[in-house]
Amino acid sequence: MNNLLGRLTWDDVKLFEVFEEFSIDSAVASGAAWVAVLGLVAVLAWITLARRWVWLWREWLTSVDHKKIGIMYIILGFVMMARGIAEGVVMRTHQATALDGGFLSNHHWAELFSTHGTVMIFFVGMPFITGFMNYLIPLQIGARDMAFPLLNQVSLGLTTTGAILVMASLVLGAFETGGWTAYPPFTGADFDPGPGPDYWIWAIVLSGFGSMFSGLNFAVTIYKMRAPGMHYLRMPVFCWTALCTSILLVFALPPLTVAGLMQALDRVAGFHFFTNDLGGNMMNYANLFWMFGHPEVYILILPAYGIFSELTSTFAAKRLYGYTSLVLATMSIAVISFCVWLHHFFTMGQSPTINVAFGIATAIIAIPTGVKVYVWMATLWRGRIRMTTPMVYMAGFFILFTIGGFSGIILANPAINWQVHNTQFIVAHFHNVLLPGLIFGIFAGIHIWFPKAFGFRLDERAGTITAVLWIVGFAMTFLPLYVVGLMGYPRRSAAFADPAFLPYMIVCLLGAFVLLAAFAGLFVTLWISIRNREALLVPLGDPWDGRTLEWATPAPPPHWNFPVIPEVNARDAFAREKAEGKPYVVPQEYRDIHMPPNTSSGFWVMLATTGFGFGMTWHIWWLAVASVISILVWYFIHSFRDHPEVVIPAVEVRRVNQAWIEAIDLGKPITRDHETGTKNRGYAATDMVIAS
Amino acid sequence: MSTQENIHPGMNLGYEGETHVAELKVFGFWVFLMSDLVTFGLVFAIFGTMVGATAGGPGPEDVTNLRSVALQTALLLGSSFAFSWASLSMKYHETRLRTLGWLAIAATSALCFLIVEFLDFRHWLEIGAVPQRSGYLSALWALVGLHGLHVFAGLLWMAAMTGQIIVFGLTDIVKSRVTRMGLYWHFLDIVWVGIFSMVFLAGVA
Repeated sequence: MNNLLGRLTWDDVKLFEVFEEFSIDSAVASGAAWVAVLGLVAVLAWITLARRWVWLWREWLTSVDHKKIGIMYIILGFVMMARGIAEGVVMRTHQATALDGGFLSNHHWAELFSTHGTVMIFFVGMPFITGFMNYLIPLQIGARDMAFPLLNQVSLGLTTTGAILVMASLVLGAFETGGWTAYPPFTGADFDPGPGPDYWIWAIVLSGFGSMFSGLNFAVTIYKMRAPGMHYLRMPVFCWTALCTSILLVFALPPLTVAGLMQALDRVAGFHFFTNDLGGNMMNYANLFWMFGHPEVYILILPAYGIFSELTSTFAAKRLYGYTSLVLATMSIAVISFCVWLHHFFTMGQSPTINVAFGIATAIIAIPTGVKVYVWMATLWRGRIRMTTPMVYMAGFFILFTIGGFSGIILANPAINWQVHNTQFIVAHFHNVLLPGLIFGIFAGIHIWFPKAFGFRLDERAGTITAVLWIVGFAMTFLPLYVVGLMGYPRRSAAFADPAFLPYMIVCLLGAFVLLAAFAGLFVTLWISIRNREALLVPLGDPWDGRTLEWATPAPPPHWNFPVIPEVNARDAFAREKAEGKPYVVPQEYRDIHMPPNTSSGFWVMLATTGFGFGMTWHIWWLAVASVISILVWYFIHSFRDHPEVVIPAVEVRRVNQAWIEAIDLGKPITRDHETGTKNRGYAATDMVIAS
Repeated sequence: MSTQENIHPGMNLGYEGETHVAELKVFGFWVFLMSDLVTFGLVFAIFGTMVGATAGGPGPEDVTNLRSVALQTALLLGSSFAFSWASLSMKYHETRLRTLGWLAIAATSALCFLIVEFLDFRHWLEIGAVPQRSGYLSALWALVGLHGLHVFAGLLWMAAMTGQIIVFGLTDIVKSRVTRMGLYWHFLDIVWVGIFSMVFLAGVA
């Protein structure tokens, strides 16, 4: 039995830890494990009771529709975010009691900040942006699907694999304690032989392959599948940011994969890449990791910039000011982001010359980001701004993100960096850019595109309250960390001795509760909106007087997106059509549409790679080998089978499109003043469009 | 984006609507190769930083057998050469036999490469040049092994393609797959030239 399960033993099951030896620490650990297990059981039971298995399998799990895959990514992001936020609240509670110790053990504390970082970056941020890119790219460039729909599904499977492994560490064994960066030799076999670092390695490497393939897919889609007339400089800005993110994904994921696999070789096979002895060099790990890690920051933030760009021009009813500058700025960021990685370890022994070079490069990358802020401000200038939920997020983003950006410029100076490195100042800085930057962008984006995806708007009042809670909660939780950081509070320390930190930590704790409320607010908003969905329906598809092609479809769009591939002759194609008074053109003839067939590939890849990662983590070698062989054999068989495309007959396309056009003809256009009212069915009056 | 611009000239595809798909897939595969090249580049870079990290164990002069490396180079480049003939016969001849023949030569040559490489590996084990001995040897095994693993994967791919040519004939889909396989195969040659010169030649220079 022991051999069959590798090194996994009954003692690794954390559910019962609390019953064997009670302490607050073990109660938190076991409690988290129970929440994970019961949560899973509850979801499975709910699906069974609601008799939704067949529906789930046919409509979602085997679908290769980019829209559904995008939505699944975002759901995955929210599930993992629930865990990340819960961990954040536990950590803040600990820190509020951490004067001369706290209620968690040091080990458990270290595990918490490691999982929190890993979850939030790889399994919240990444699924969110990948989900948005999936949903929006084909719709915005006028395509029917991704270039490689099956690969797209496999990418989702691989990302889910990583998430499953991280969740498994909650129940079986423990996660690593070396932070989200997992620097060896601390995470090497000598200092942590346990399963923790292995969970990290395989979660990151396997989901990393998924991200790389996503980037490849998006890049090829944007390069090759744009609608006729959609020149590069006519693409919506979101597509530009998505393209740059995709390029970064293709080039920046390999260093992470290489670092992870070398670390695995060190741990499992006794290699000496990053060990202390026999010629190992951990600096190689630091360099590899941050060659990925710094572009990763921009991988996450660029699509959010794209969302903010679409947001400003739509909700200020103006065309984007400085489109070309914004595109150039985005491209510059993509390139320069590969030249700054060393600023993550200024203190780790390079010569001052090298530090200065990277310090200057870091300061330079702030310039294109500054360009963007001015572009957004100029777009808002003299626009007729509607202060709806997305714009509330935007307002919070503007102020808070600028503070975060400034603290980044401060950190770019190696001399200052030496003073504040490894303090809470750093924690404040990166939360300050990721939360108001990435997360506010995502939530604003959800408010904008949720009606497109599901056919009804989100409740405006609940949404605005939630947005304000996020802004206030963020400011309370993270801004005080700048102060304690400058006072010398080291990050990642389980306890502190200086009573002067305590008041700040209590403010942080209160802020964490506000953030928890804000997170709950998202679900309250969703709940209220679902209950009132009759009043919020926008089947005609254009609730915000949108400017780009995705708004020229019904909500939700049909599986095939467009009845005929649109011809594009200007930037902001849909806004131009509306300004010229000829939107919703009826196609002259309909043709059969060929769509890729459903497949269970992604699901099986997910199962097999989860088996592989789990086997490698627990040294269950037969499972790892069997998983690899099963993937190879499956792929071999798959390549020999014919996969006929699904043909949607022209009559059906015509029927769906005609019904929509007729509904528009019957509908009443709504001016922007009535945008949030119940009369908004998604037919926008063009009272404010300035197209060119 | 008219379809005329997208016809892939290297494959002589039938004109039944597969051309656009072939273009997408070949382009996507180029992107994948770029990413893979970054991977190899990083392993090369790590190797470069670890050349001196022998920790008193076997060094470059102990693991380099130039005769064996020359043989491996000839076999791998020969395999690539044979593959390019397979690609050409796929383009210009309708009979599948000629393509299959060249593929068989390419596969045999690559298999011999792996065998000779394996003999080298065995020699390294015999003289105690195991990857657990030093940072240098870790990097050496990882770099040469990663390339060998790619060649092995390529052989599996070639086996699958042989099967598909026999089952389906030279259809557009098969042609597109063989073309991508060719890119991969020549790509591995370029990587090998890097290994040959940076690891072995520079090691004993």
